[in-house]
Amino acid sequence: MKEYKTITKVAGPLIFVEKTEPVGFGELVMVTLPDGTVRRGQVLDSAKGMVVVQSFEGTRGIDTSSVVRFTGDIVKLACSKDMLGRILSGSGDPIDGGPKIVPEDRIPVIGAAINPYARTYPREFIQTGISAIDGMNTLIRGQKLPIFSGSGLPHNDIALQIARQAKVLGTGEEFAVIFAAMGITHEEAYQFMKDFERTGALERAVVFLNLANDPAIERLLTPKMALTAAEFLAYEYDLHILVILTDFTNYCEALREMSAAREEVPGRRGYPGYMYTDLATNYERAGRIRGRKGTITQFPVLSMPADDITHPIPDLTGYITEGQIVLSRELHAKGIYPPINVLPSLSRLMKEGIGEGMTRDDHPQWNDQMYAAYAEGVDLRGLVAIVGEEALSEKDRRFLRFADEFERRWLQQDRYEDRTIDQTLDLGWELLSMLPEAELVKIETKFIEKYHPAYRKKGAEAAEEAA
Amino acid sequence: MEVETVGEKVGEVYRVSGPLVVAEGFKARMYDVCKVGEEGLLGEVVGLAGDRLLVQVYEDTSGIKPGDKVEGTGMPLSIDLGPGIMRSIYDGIQRPLPVMKEIAGDFITRGIEADGIDMKAKWEFNPVLKKGDNVKGGEILGTVQETEIIEHKILVPPDVSGTITDLYSGSFTVQDTIGVLDNGTELRLYHRWPVRIPRPYVEKLPPVIPLMTGQRIFDTLFPMAKGGTGAIPGGFGTGKTVTQHQLARWSDSNVIVYVGCGERGNEMTEVLEEFPELLDPKTGKPLMERATLVANTSNMPVAAREASVYTGMTIAEYYRDMGYDVAVQADSTSRWAEAMREMSGRLEEMPGEEGYPAYLASRLAEFYERAGRVKTLGGQIGSVSVVGAVSPPGGDFSEPVTQNTLRIVKVFWALDTKLAARRHFPAINWLQSYSLYAETLAEWFRENVSPEWTELRTWMMEVLQEEANLMEIVMLVGKDALPEVQRILLEVARYIREVYLSQYAYHEVDTYCSTQKQYDMMKAIKELDDIFHKALDAGKTIDEIENVEGREDFARAKFSEDYKPLLDEAVNKIRNALLGGGA
Ligand SMILES: Nc1ncnc2c1ncn2[C@@H]1O[C@H](COP(=O)(O)OP(=O)(O)OP(=O)(O)O)[C@@H](O)[C@H]1O
Ligand SMILES: [Mg+2]
Repeated sequence: MKEYKTITKVAGPLIFVEKTEPVGFGELVMVTLPDGTVRRGQVLDSAKGMVVVQSFEGTRGIDTSSVVRFTGDIVKLACSKDMLGRILSGSGDPIDGGPKIVPEDRIPVIGAAINPYARTYPREFIQTGISAIDGMNTLIRGQKLPIFSGSGLPHNDIALQIARQAKVLGTGEEFAVIFAAMGITHEEAYQFMKDFERTGALERAVVFLNLANDPAIERLLTPKMALTAAEFLAYEYDLHILVILTDFTNYCEALREMSAAREEVPGRRGYPGYMYTDLATNYERAGRIRGRKGTITQFPVLSMPADDITHPIPDLTGYITEGQIVLSRELHAKGIYPPINVLPSLSRLMKEGIGEGMTRDDHPQWNDQMYAAYAEGVDLRGLVAIVGEEALSEKDRRFLRFADEFERRWLQQDRYEDRTIDQTLDLGWELLSMLPEAELVKIETKFIEKYHPAYRKKGAEAAEEAA
Repeated sequence: MEVETVGEKVGEVYRVSGPLVVAEGFKARMYDVCKVGEEGLLGEVVGLAGDRLLVQVYEDTSGIKPGDKVEGTGMPLSIDLGPGIMRSIYDGIQRPLPVMKEIAGDFITRGIEADGIDMKAKWEFNPVLKKGDNVKGGEILGTVQETEIIEHKILVPPDVSGTITDLYSGSFTVQDTIGVLDNGTELRLYHRWPVRIPRPYVEKLPPVIPLMTGQRIFDTLFPMAKGGTGAIPGGFGTGKTVTQHQLARWSDSNVIVYVGCGERGNEMTEVLEEFPELLDPKTGKPLMERATLVANTSNMPVAAREASVYTGMTIAEYYRDMGYDVAVQADSTSRWAEAMREMSGRLEEMPGEEGYPAYLASRLAEFYERAGRVKTLGGQIGSVSVVGAVSPPGGDFSEPVTQNTLRIVKVFWALDTKLAARRHFPAINWLQSYSLYAETLAEWFRENVSPEWTELRTWMMEVLQEEANLMEIVMLVGKDALPEVQRILLEVARYIREVYLSQYAYHEVDTYCSTQKQYDMMKAIKELDDIFHKALDAGKTIDEIENVEGREDFARAKFSEDYKPLLDEAVNKIRNALLGGGA
């Protein structure tokens, strides 16, 4: 073992150690304080004569008499199927009072990139029971789809509702949930834990908790721990995993703190220039691999500072993930749950997972029409604010009403309301029938005749007459 | 290529910090390739500092420590050029991903060595030259049928010349000798070329032929030229990748080189699953038969991402030298620039704007300058067209990568977050975008499509511009306050936007629009314009015009394979409704 008592400098989370023997980049480091406490860290920079270590658990109490031990190993997670049902710290140690996890395997948490040639494209529709998602921003098994939220918005409720209700129709396969908390408050974590316990989901969950009062730098490890567990369970045990990671904004703050400590040239708003790459190495750990049964679906949550979607955290996330669910403070203020603004929201994978044989044949065109009509209605609201509703034509007024009903009837649902995809689509058709039929240009006549309430009624009447 | 030894070739690691390794104890030149550590991780010298070498390593450096061996190869980063490139998918330094999967499994591990092309596969070589012929670099020695579509021209390496003393025909591996020159040079089916050095040609030719993409807004309003350069900047989710995929699918080029540079794994998978199935409109053969992919996704090592665009470009130039029209899609050049920034930061270079290195602009310029329609060394005409996606932070085009790119490229396809949010696709902003080739190409359209093409195009652009002006007024006073003629203009503009410009990439028919169809559609909209004006003169109200029967038929005609009769019928229906029969 290489042990040294040669700490020369401590700066924020960084420890500078002078030493003689060579130390590997990325090596796991144990620092023993005079009082016997052990802090973990990782080698960030290794030169002849000087090693820089980032401490995951803070540097408080570290002094020049602390003992630095280089383990010759890299950071690993002890993985076992018995992780299910357990609560672990942000760096993977059990904190639920249960026994130690007997590892089947110890896996490096940095993870390796999936060879793009080994992937298969995600195509299976996950029904979340939430209309705004299933209907217009469909979640696909193996997708990474974040929630862009803001402080005080009900992103946790949505994440929980998805965890409760997500299913792939006709398979009966359940998701195992990996929940990773990064710097969230005790109350928020409690809300999750209570719901998991109440619904029995905890048995099929692994929880990693790094709370607001836990060391900030540990947060850089938490998603990697969670995703390592996810990969183990998905690829070794063929489970379908839903990973909820919240809140990535806290993760990025920790990244910024690290970067500042290293005196790197800051990028936009002080975040490091490599934040895109760093986030990508987390978010890309989702998907499906050819020939393997298990899948990883990622549902990261982040709060947009000042509700600004162009802030580097949501911005870089949007550039990596396969879409985004954007929450709106305005809808929330109107009392609408879930306050999902469908206009800036997007699911890039939905096109392959909806339509005939997957959801319903009318779904793609229905979706286009719903978007167009709602966008038109929202635009008209802007116009009304300027010229007044009287200046609008009859047609325009119908679009205005459509937008209102869209929010009040279609978007709005209960936290425990689990709508089927048919219910979501049919309710949408009811709203579309408020518009003149000639306006439904995005939908082919055959679907209008099949699903438009006017025709359905006629069809029903005809059937009655025949009978 | 000769390996030139420059001093000692083996040294050791002095320092390691992420992808940057500082080495000492040996000499190497800038851009020489080194092998680091026991696993021989590949790296490239990117800086010299006194006696030390700064090496960017293409693989994860975990566990590398001071004192580990570093070995210089004396060669710059080079790739294998020969038959077998088509249908391949590579990482950023031309290692075939299927081979990597075979060696290492589903996840990418370190230190994998793999040739860019299969060294053992046999190819049937048919010489076109013979003993006694004088050859110089770039000349075509003969051909190999590489795929169903691509006849691979075997070239004399650019830096070789002489008199042929022997040239065989028959079945060879790429390493077999297929001939000999009088100076003793052995000829093979492949050669290597350093990726950072542009392949030579005789001269550049003017870009007078359009690169047709089958996408109406591009071909009609902002055309790309064969051998041209273009950029498509846009915030996340605005349609860069979909557009690049469309260019790969439908552009009338002979060869496609798709570079996924620091983007998503699933997007490469999508291409890999789709291209072997997708039939090329010209040849009726799978698109993959004439395509190659370079995929260095966002989670793969950053240094190899930096190299990936050069690997792609070099492959493109090689097929250009055979006389082919090659189209390169680079998605996204911002990730390449960021890789440069990251390395530059680690080298502690003086940062320029937003932390990017001061040489950002020149690197971008050098890259795009490798595009062009050229007369090749072998006397052929070939071209490399490049479209680079740009991912500006916050969708704000004032940032350095977008700005420096726009100073170089001739086509600007501006994606617009607002249009994307309205699901108007392609979400290209028609007021902001431009093509500096439009004028040069006008003649081609006049001769090959219709003399009216340019006139119709100009008319559409004017209508759209005028619409934008009028909309400012509408936002203040409402539509009703406008005179009726202007309301007709708004209505016509709506047809242009919603029927002509909007083109859904996933619609089985409308995903591709032939030049003839573009022309027919433009004509039809112009006809509507005439009808509307006549109707107004004849006393019809604007309401009647806006809600005229047949307008949905008009909008839907483009979705049919056999669109022409439907379009004509719709125009007639509208004419009859507004002007009565017989008009
Ligand atoms: N021409 C088009 N036709 C239909 N849909 C489109 C078109 N262009 C874009 N889209 C839609 O927009 C979504 C996002 O497009 P795309 O993935 O190309 O964005 P991007 O600009 O590459 O984003 P990023 O920078 O995050 O990679 C697509 O998933 C698709 O739903
Ligand atoms: Mg993209």
